[in-house]
Amino acid sequence: MPLLNSLPDYVLTTKTDELINWMRKSSIWYMLFGLACCAIELMHTGGPRADIERFGATPRASARQSDLMIIAGTLTLKMALRTRLLYDQMPDPKYVISMGSCSNCGGLFQLAYSVCDGVDKVIPVDVYVPGCPPRPEALTEGLLKLQEKIMTERWLAKAPAAKGEAA
Amino acid sequence: MEPLQIYERLKVRFGERVLETIEKRSDPFAVIDPAALVEICLYLREDPELAMDCLSNETGVDYKDHLEVVYHLFSYSHRHGAVLKIKLPREEPRVATVEGIWKSANWMEREIFDLVGVNFEGHSDMRRILMPEDWPGHPLRKDFVEPQEYHGISTVRESPIVRLDQHKDQHKKK
Repeated sequence: MPLLNSLPDYVLTTKTDELINWMRKSSIWYMLFGLACCAIELMHTGGPRADIERFGATPRASARQSDLMIIAGTLTLKMALRTRLLYDQMPDPKYVISMGSCSNCGGLFQLAYSVCDGVDKVIPVDVYVPGCPPRPEALTEGLLKLQEKIMTERWLAKAPAAKGEAA
Repeated sequence: MEPLQIYERLKVRFGERVLETIEKRSDPFAVIDPAALVEICLYLREDPELAMDCLSNETGVDYKDHLEVVYHLFSYSHRHGAVLKIKLPREEPRVATVEGIWKSANWMEREIFDLVGVNFEGHSDMRRILMPEDWPGHPLRKDFVEPQEYHGISTVRESPIVRLDQHKDQHKKK
């Protein structure tokens, strides 16, 4: 008789990794960090209508308490250095959503002398959200994509054997 | 008072030091001697019939052979305005600050210093205001060359539009 069927109803079984990932994806705290007009949409996304707090994402005022950095707006070269510093201050594991054309590739302003064309030149990016600016729905979709990515992570289980290697 | 009347007054009082007045524009202006700038500005503010109590805008322009600094003045009590310009050489441009007359000049002069490179003598805080402290050059100068990288961040990005064009040409050749 399989083990699962012998357990009483109030016992749930899961894998440790999935449990960890489920807990982590359900409390993505993002940093209060807005750079330009995308920040308005970011605020809206955190507001009651789009309400990403129902996915456990809540704004934190400090980089040291954040899991996620949403680059919302045009990144200037001056700010790029500060962004890297803030990213370094975040505790691992940390994620970055690049929100809108400007932080994806410089957008409208990519030929300007002061603009860093693409935040991926400074820090690694997990999810790119297109739009100028993206609607709150789009940013929410980005957050859900990030949750999907978090669910694929493996912490305790042994790394899967490489192809061709004997199991 | 109309701007032209104001410039006439300046001419009467300061004579040669008002270099020229340009009237045939929608926004007429007076070009004045940079050395007399503070004196003229003080007069414009203190004279009760002019009473220019607001420096609404101050900007710098690069005309390739010379630089200009433009002052947009406004009087709240008389509801009239005037535009002053001074011409400066491109090498080591210097002019006295008007921060002592209108405090609002502080940040605007810092901006002009930052982007065009005009040095305002007597300014209380002559630093860059927008660009990073270690930025090379002044970006609104016509001969400004954008650096290829800044602190290891490349400022060049391949344009996908160009690549698509090349792709189209290759298609035609085939």
